[in-house]
Amino acid sequence: MSCERTDTVLDAYFDNELDAIGAAEFERHLEQCSECVKALEGLESLRSSMNRAQLYETAPPSLRKRVLAVLSPARPAPGVLARTRWPWLAIAASLLLALTGWQVASFHPGDNPESMLAAEAVDAHLRSLQPGHLTDVLSSDQHTVKPWFDGKLDFAPPVRDFADRGFPLEGGRLDAIHGRAIAALVYGRRKHLVNVFIWPTSESDASPRGGSRQGYQWLDWRRGGMEFCAVSDTAPADLDQLQRLFTE
Amino acid sequence: MDPEDQARFEMLVLPHLDAAYNLARWLLRGGPDAEDAAQEAMLRSYRFFHGFHGGDVRAWLLQIVRNTCYTWLEKTRKVKDMTEFDEQSHPGASPTPEAIAIAGDNRQRLSHALDSLPPHYREAIVLRELEGCSYKEIAAITSTPMGTVMSTLSRARRQLQLMLRDPAREEAAHEL
Repeated sequence: MSCERTDTVLDAYFDNELDAIGAAEFERHLEQCSECVKALEGLESLRSSMNRAQLYETAPPSLRKRVLAVLSPARPAPGVLARTRWPWLAIAASLLLALTGWQVASFHPGDNPESMLAAEAVDAHLRSLQPGHLTDVLSSDQHTVKPWFDGKLDFAPPVRDFADRGFPLEGGRLDAIHGRAIAALVYGRRKHLVNVFIWPTSESDASPRGGSRQGYQWLDWRRGGMEFCAVSDTAPADLDQLQRLFTE
Repeated sequence: MDPEDQARFEMLVLPHLDAAYNLARWLLRGGPDAEDAAQEAMLRSYRFFHGFHGGDVRAWLLQIVRNTCYTWLEKTRKVKDMTEFDEQSHPGASPTPEAIAIAGDNRQRLSHALDSLPPHYREAIVLRELEGCSYKEIAAITSTPMGTVMSTLSRARRQLQLMLRDPAREEAAHEL
């Protein structure tokens, strides 16, 4: 390119990898350089077509099974058991969980509400990853998912698809947090899964707070009488982005 | 491994199995090799786990996956898999420009194009765009300085764009 900026700076700006000063400087440059603006659009279009193509390849079940089997030969992992030998046990266990709520997280007396919420949300996320537990209604159509919740919950969760922004809606299901029935929306993110738990709250709007727990990221916020908690093993920045989409 | 480490491993490392497989799949360009290499990398990470003292567990695992895959490529003498010699002798392994053009489907087109990038370009794209890694993480995974990561990623994107825009220029792009 004839512009004196190197492609590297352009890419670093595009990837949010410039520091604040560098980014501001480059933005000033963008105001007068149509070439860089065009190149930036090119990168954006490459990224969005890669997002649409969903190139991420998740581990085949056969690999997961082999790894689990080798890791704990003496004590087969629950997943392997559930899938191969004792399917009825898995079904019974999940029924029990659905009836009683999930209390595996080890709460300590000093735990604050925030970390209790994170523990419950991460547990709910992990539980949803068990085979057959992810979605009750499997649809990428928000107009299918939204009515599905009618009559199952005492509130109407905001159901939106963000496929064109890199977060395709994959479905929804009922779940439980704090012992109450809540809505869980499932989004794809580069073939990672994000659970967004939604329930009504009487508390006022709150900006997002989050953290990581057991290797999973969580982000919680309140808006318009609803509380949202997103959980995933994707990068924290992805949850920030999804939160912004929800509040747009 | 003692039960406590075992539990930590299952909690910290296992959730990144998808990431491990995804990187192996793209580095080895699919096939059963990718599954075997990902499994080998998981077992290696299990053996080395006592040497992991906190930090970015995904980057740590992906570094092992990458090393496993490159060893794999060397073993099967595919490390120079993108040379013209290899392309001519194994026309099926790498899609021809015509094949890319004909594959109208966006996913197929992109995955063909990505598969025909040289491995170090491909891994930069996969880590950044598919895995969402930061430059710092990519630098750690590939054991290269940040500056090199930046320029590699930038060149990889330009080459990918070139191939998608005008597949006939793929040959020219290879010489960059």
